[in-house]
Amino acid sequence: MPHHNIKNAEDMSFSEEVTCRHGGETLTSCYQCGTCASSCPVARLDPRFNPREVIKLSLLGEREEIVSGDAIWQCTSCFNCQERCPQNVEIADVIYALRNIAIEAGHSPNIYADFGIALVNEGRIVQISKFVEKKREEYGLPPIKPVGLEDLNKILAATGFTKPEKTEESK
Amino acid sequence: MKRYAIFLGCTIPARQPNYELSARKTLEKLGVELVDLDNFTCCCPPPIQSINLESSQAVAAYNICLAEEAGLDIVALCNGCFESLAMVNAALKNDKELKAHINEVLAKVGKEFKGTIEVKHFLQVLMEDIGLEKIKEKVVKPLKNLNVAPFYGCHSLRPSKLLQLDDPERPQIFENLLEALGAEALDYRDKLKCCGGLLKGISDDTALSLARDKLAKTSKAGADCISTLCPFCFVALDIGQIQVKSTFQEVFNMPILHYSELLALALGVDSQELALRSHKIKTDAVLEKIA
Repeated sequence: MPHHNIKNAEDMSFSEEVTCRHGGETLTSCYQCGTCASSCPVARLDPRFNPREVIKLSLLGEREEIVSGDAIWQCTSCFNCQERCPQNVEIADVIYALRNIAIEAGHSPNIYADFGIALVNEGRIVQISKFVEKKREEYGLPPIKPVGLEDLNKILAATGFTKPEKTEESK
Repeated sequence: MKRYAIFLGCTIPARQPNYELSARKTLEKLGVELVDLDNFTCCCPPPIQSINLESSQAVAAYNICLAEEAGLDIVALCNGCFESLAMVNAALKNDKELKAHINEVLAKVGKEFKGTIEVKHFLQVLMEDIGLEKIKEKVVKPLKNLNVAPFYGCHSLRPSKLLQLDDPERPQIFENLLEALGAEALDYRDKLKCCGGLLKGISDDTALSLARDKLAKTSKAGADCISTLCPFCFVALDIGQIQVKSTFQEVFNMPILHYSELLALALGVDSQELALRSHKIKTDAVLEKIA
């Protein structure tokens, strides 16, 4: 299985850029049957999202449309499509790879900046306040254990984790 | 006595004392010892995988290493935590190259993924370590005549290749565990469809439509309550009913109870000990029906 940084992004086609990422490896097996789209709970509600289209545009090298567009952010990560794909395209994972590329290029809904900050600062994406700690005691729940924050941040640094930035364009 | 490292994650300890209390009390009653380990971090669920999948895999592997060092299997209550950890556990056990790569990262914090433990969902511990017969024996207050709509959520089942909880299209584990309590496990349309929880804050209209659809279909099937396995599904359907009411002027009054809460009631835990008041939709009708 190929991993990250095999060659520079500018020397690759977009589908190569995706397939050498964690999660993106299976992109090129797609034959556009549409099983994913018919299994998708979002596609029937939101015209911005159709997993078959996301895969097609990625295969066609439409990097800008994918990376700066709304579509990839509408997936619920329910994995229905991935479960049913007859070609074993790991579609939900490919969408993670596309989101990773988009975030590196500075595009994501603002909520991801909050997730990134919470992870780096607290080691958890939902904070536990003093009030909650007191409540836990009243319920007879054990005290919250310390988080391995220092180790976490070393792992994030070693894997090139960058906190997403809030942008004007993403509302 | 079976011992597990309990992986609470972020949302349950911060916001769902009802889940944590009922899970701890029921596992204790059924003879499972829970150990709270130091240094567990965020499991790195889909929102973090969306930022950096490689970082997420490495952090999940770090959490697994902590349990390996303690010689304990992990039990996860939250579907998100279960998925993140079980997926990486299976992937690293199966893929030597990926394991070597992640271990290079973990070496920087003095850890090594060895592949010596299991990551289990709360339901798997009940089914595999305790079993239906023993649960039936321990039921003192059968949930007779209670029509429960089981809702698996997504990340207990999928991706099934790595999680292997049950058949992803026709699962039975949840239904069997409900019936062991004397309840009726209802079938209903689109049972395995997503609650929309992960789209909150990104695409709120779609998220709410999916929750509304779940409430409508379980109501139509005659459910007295929906039973959940995941804090995000719980929020989407419990607090979600307040948003459905204000947006669509529709009132479902559908109680949402985690499986662990129904189990606790059936095992005879006093409802006063279960933080049921933290639910937005009152559970009184369910309590009356099983009284």
